[in-house]
Amino acid sequence: MSEILIIAEHAGGKLNPATAKCVTAASSIAGAKMTIAVFAADGAAVAAQAAKLAGVAKVITVDNAANQHALAAVIAPQVAALAKSYTHVFGPSTTFGKDLMPRVAALLDAPQLSDVMVIESATRFVRPTYASNAITTVEVDAGTQVVATIRSASFTATPEGSSTAPIESATPSAALPSHTRFVGLAAAKSDRPDLQTAARVISGGRALGSADAFKIIYSLAEQLGAGVGASRAAVDAGYAPNDMQVGQTGKTVAPDLYIACGISGAIQHLTGIKDARTIVAINKDPEAPIFEVADFGLVGDLFTIVPELEKQIAATK
Amino acid sequence: MKRILVGIKRVVDYNVRIRVKPDGSGVMLDGVKMSINPFDEIALEEALRIKERGQAEEIVVVTMGPTDCQQQLRTALAMGADRALHIVTTEALEPLTGAKLLHKIVEREQPFLVILGKQSIDGDNSQTGQMLAQLWDRPQATFASKVELTDSSAKVTREVDAGLETLEVDLPAVITVDLRLNEPRYVKLPDIMKAKKKPLESLPVADLGVETKTRIKVLKTEPPAARQKGKMVKDVTELVEALRQKGLV
Repeated sequence: MSEILIIAEHAGGKLNPATAKCVTAASSIAGAKMTIAVFAADGAAVAAQAAKLAGVAKVITVDNAANQHALAAVIAPQVAALAKSYTHVFGPSTTFGKDLMPRVAALLDAPQLSDVMVIESATRFVRPTYASNAITTVEVDAGTQVVATIRSASFTATPEGSSTAPIESATPSAALPSHTRFVGLAAAKSDRPDLQTAARVISGGRALGSADAFKIIYSLAEQLGAGVGASRAAVDAGYAPNDMQVGQTGKTVAPDLYIACGISGAIQHLTGIKDARTIVAINKDPEAPIFEVADFGLVGDLFTIVPELEKQIAATK
Repeated sequence: MKRILVGIKRVVDYNVRIRVKPDGSGVMLDGVKMSINPFDEIALEEALRIKERGQAEEIVVVTMGPTDCQQQLRTALAMGADRALHIVTTEALEPLTGAKLLHKIVEREQPFLVILGKQSIDGDNSQTGQMLAQLWDRPQATFASKVELTDSSAKVTREVDAGLETLEVDLPAVITVDLRLNEPRYVKLPDIMKAKKKPLESLPVADLGVETKTRIKVLKTEPPAARQKGKMVKDVTELVEALRQKGLV
């Protein structure tokens, strides 16, 4: 039977939705027994949220002051100590999981599969390569312990179930290094929903022409309760900050609705949005490649269309 | 000697449109332009700048793969690396195997810093640097967008989902670099000529004492499912109506 250890990602006492997506991924393995591990200074609040996720058998909290800032070098030996008896160890394919899981794999001497999109069985997985231009199906021998990061855009989040899993605390014996110190986090301050988990995302491209012009995008986003993204061209031009960049070299998004405003649709951008359910493209160039992937395309001046769209959406409410 | 080790990988050039073989056995590589993995070029550029600031004395580049990889090592030497190591193998190596081989090189070369790209643009694994750091039992600072060195530590700004995180790591350490750390220099012709005389050492993989058997078997490779081209709408009213019918507004 598959025993799956899922490493929770959390911040500020809140469980990151990417963890519930790892649970969905894990539950595609028949008969999987799922345990979520929370590494924190005080993980009680996060553990309580994790325990409610449907299908989770157990939640383990590892409270330690050293776990305050999720440093990979500090958490990895604790995960490895805990993971010995598990067949699979999953983490989200976020910067947290990408930083941590390879250290865990190295400690366990286990192969790692990054960015898993589909789990066909306990030993067979699908993952993207070449910026999602080549999708590979890979297999490990039965009995091989597997470490994997789970691509958030490929799975829906497991909802809360009717029962609550038991919560245990553990103190894995592992020597924790002091060679890595957290200095600070300059968080992108925003009241808008997180790009990678938002149900709706509006993005602006170079056609906006200035940082100031982005306010029509923010305004529409506010009307829709949407996250705001930007193309690499817009970020490079200084119209939007780095952490708003959507695409191969930025963030991968999978909202129900994605509205691309003044974005031509470079491959590197399309790679980051291909899991969006519905894509709307607004662009003045009818030949723009974005229209090849859009569900709904509208050719015209975004400075007229975007405010009009906001007005009409407001009117439908 | 204050030495920086930079790992580079030969990959399909990032401007090439990838085509999957019809039989599902992989990606077409025949006659395709190959280059240094773009993130590794940024890693090398950072190492060169550190040396130019007088904070390192020697830059060693290492790669693993077949003989063709020496082209990329020569390019790295032309950019300014002092010497090159080529771990010769024709097998595909998994990230953990690559990390074990790099660890052997680290033991031999004793660098105070190892700089790698955050991921290669073919396998997209983003594992090797972190695995090396763990095998070496040293700190890591991944996805770096700014690196400041002192004698005994590095202050690294990292591009994380929540924004920009800053870590301080004791040296020696492994840094993996993100796109915005720097812009790599162009190679000039005289540098290409000079690079031909720089030392390039070949190391047969079998001599390094690392088990290279693969545990991840690739069963098939397919192109991604194509998105259907949708519908053009004539105005905002038609767009809002279409979105309303789908329950999206």
